[in-house]
Amino acid sequence: MTPPEPVQAVKQRRDSALASLVDAVPYAQFLGIYFERHGDELTALLPYDDKLIGNPALPAIHGGVIASFLEVAAIIELRWTTIWADLEAGRLTPEEMTQNLPRLPKTIDFTVDFLRSGLPRDGYARARVNRSGRRYASVHVEAWQDNRARLFAQATGHFLMPQTG
Amino acid sequence: MNAQNFINALPFAKALGMRLDSLGDGHAEISMPWDARFVGDPVTGVIHGGAVSALMDTCGGAAVLSYPGAQTTATIDLRIDYMRAAKPGARLVARAECYHVTRNVAFVRATAHDGGDAPLASATGAFTFTGQEPTS
Repeated sequence: MTPPEPVQAVKQRRDSALASLVDAVPYAQFLGIYFERHGDELTALLPYDDKLIGNPALPAIHGGVIASFLEVAAIIELRWTTIWADLEAGRLTPEEMTQNLPRLPKTIDFTVDFLRSGLPRDGYARARVNRSGRRYASVHVEAWQDNRARLFAQATGHFLMPQTG
Repeated sequence: MNAQNFINALPFAKALGMRLDSLGDGHAEISMPWDARFVGDPVTGVIHGGAVSALMDTCGGAAVLSYPGAQTTATIDLRIDYMRAAKPGARLVARAECYHVTRNVAFVRATAHDGGDAPLASATGAFTFTGQEPTS
């Protein structure tokens, strides 16, 4: 019987795979977006920064920042859920991902509901893949700031999956 | 307010290097440069959809504010259709039209262009509308 993989090795493999997806997106870096992972569950984080403001009088975060944050969260979640099984089974390694970046899904359409103005605070988002087929996927994403139950934005998007081979 | 002051008053629009090219009577045109920091897919150099959304949202809001009597606005919802990838290196231009206004809501449509004939993205949105009360 093979002993179970040490927990640190599991965490390191998953974290470096996630980092290779996120670090490869310059626009996510520009906005300061990063991800926290618990098992396979991802939470996207958007730390507050003055440059993210759209309405200085309120002040409120720019709607375009919120839309961007939700779209980044949706794309990373979608790619993450589609590589998870290969990553766990050892068919895909973080080293391979760094050398040969997995192609990202392409957005077909994206609809954002702005429910409340974005306060000058950190934001959080979680995405849920409602349908993931060979070609098309549908993803819903919710974002909040201080209270998980009081969303400040939500979005649904459709994506074209990258074709392999 | 002159055109560049409008952008400078919006820190995120300034961060994306946006330029207000024309504005008036419910119509706006705003452009932004290609920049390596705004790329979404490092393999192709294509600008991230979120940056295109930010440009179209800003342009839609500007179109609403240029509608006669408009005072303030905020986006209620925005749907973007991405018809094709933006050309790497090309300046992006958004054109928005506020085509209908009620007492409380402004309806907007917008397109984004990169110099090619066909737009690369189109958008429709609803915005809040607060205007001056009629003086009659």
